[in-house]
Amino acid sequence: MKSLQIENLALSAGNFKLKNISFHIEQDEYFVLKGLTGSGKSLIMKAICGLIRLDSGKILIDGKDVTNLQPRFRKVGYIPQNSLLFPHLNVEENIAFGLKFKDFSKNKITEEVDKITELVGISQLLNRNVLNLSGGEKQKVNICRALILKPKILLLDEPLSAVDEGHRDKLCSILKSLQKKTKIPAMHISHNKKETELIADRISILENGKIKGVL
Amino acid sequence: MSNNSKELLDKVVGPRINTLSISTISILFSLVFLILLLIFSDIYYLFNHNIGFIAFKEMLLRPEIISAMRMSTVTSLVSLLLILCFSIPIGYALSRFRFPGHTLMNTIVDIPLILPPVVIGVSLLAFFGSPLGAEIKFILKTMNISIISGIGIVLCQFFVSISYCIRATKASFDSIDRRLEHIALTLGCSQWQAFLNVAFPLSRNGVIAGAVMAWARAIGVFGPLMIFVGTGPRVQVMPTSIWLELSIGNIELSIVIALVMVFIAASALTIVHWLGPGRSWA
Repeated sequence: MKSLQIENLALSAGNFKLKNISFHIEQDEYFVLKGLTGSGKSLIMKAICGLIRLDSGKILIDGKDVTNLQPRFRKVGYIPQNSLLFPHLNVEENIAFGLKFKDFSKNKITEEVDKITELVGISQLLNRNVLNLSGGEKQKVNICRALILKPKILLLDEPLSAVDEGHRDKLCSILKSLQKKTKIPAMHISHNKKETELIADRISILENGKIKGVL
Repeated sequence: MSNNSKELLDKVVGPRINTLSISTISILFSLVFLILLLIFSDIYYLFNHNIGFIAFKEMLLRPEIISAMRMSTVTSLVSLLLILCFSIPIGYALSRFRFPGHTLMNTIVDIPLILPPVVIGVSLLAFFGSPLGAEIKFILKTMNISIISGIGIVLCQFFVSISYCIRATKASFDSIDRRLEHIALTLGCSQWQAFLNVAFPLSRNGVIAGAVMAWARAIGVFGPLMIFVGTGPRVQVMPTSIWLELSIGNIELSIVIALVMVFIAASALTIVHWLGPGRSWA
């Protein structure tokens, strides 16, 4: 069964339009969607999250049609471009945010936070103010916040764009190893060639409104 | 000193001394001086008429003044509560959603900001003279409630002050990156939960600042009250007390009440500045 299946997606945002977009992601796969800035990659990702309406088409996650579901019922882990952490919460509260809306006890939440921060290697940051973190640290917190909910698919929208060159390769290998450890399929958007080659199991390119399989 | 080092010094030294800075800062100082002069004139007047601290306190503790202060406090707090109940959802709707009539409604909620407050009093009077208003008055009368009471005062305060809070609340929601709410939605929140857990806490300072501004405006309402509820003993608030005392020649007492109002305004502004943009989360 495919983890994510996009069938004949049509989207529009203002004058920008995408039509007949179809692709899929296999189980345990790290899929990278490459394309130039403004080609509509982020728009597709937002549509998968349920943050924008489709003009037509279908989105299936683990075989289930989620096209008309609200974002909270889609079980996707979304990691946005600019490390969007909640500025009024500290690192621990940011990571535990999603668990507040599930029937989890306080102890269980602490246990889950400890587990995920240990896995990502940011246990020492738990009490820090998110405004004082570096770009790389912020993105690790973002990853924890998404992974803690055990999503069916991880959606990463240019997650390394706010990370400096020196830390980019390291974060790439952390992302790749996390995906292999957790076995959660990932869809990663990027326009960086080196980053794409380092991390991808399979690459597709979005060009002139069409998806082309490359690897 | 070489030319280069002079340029460098010009860049690093704090306040620059030039004709522009001197003239603008002088204008600022003169206005501050004039405002303080007005306030200190009140104090000087009392001092000149041998009203010391004890006499000041005695004047403040007169039953009719206490009653006016109590009425001002209660009505302005009720107005504030109502203003918040309307302003937060309205500010959020105007900030986040685009709907038919958005621009028109955005303009209409600003009308009380530019209307002379007296017009609101006249309009309220006209409304309660209309068939619908008369019907409402009749229903209230059957419940033994008169509009010429705290209710009338609250209505005047509400319409005069609400736009201040709506503006501040909308500006506060505008300043929050709406993608944070999108993230919350993907983390399992409903729209309401995203509002309550992300947008509202992040807009808190702006909402409080708007509420304080609206409250300070509400407690100072005068014109509409004179027209709509009058100056009867049951509907006396601090601004109408000032006018009443002045009209019977009791200038000292009116100045004492005025000073209390200056203190309230100054406290409100201190809170607004304390919660200003420099202290926000962002």
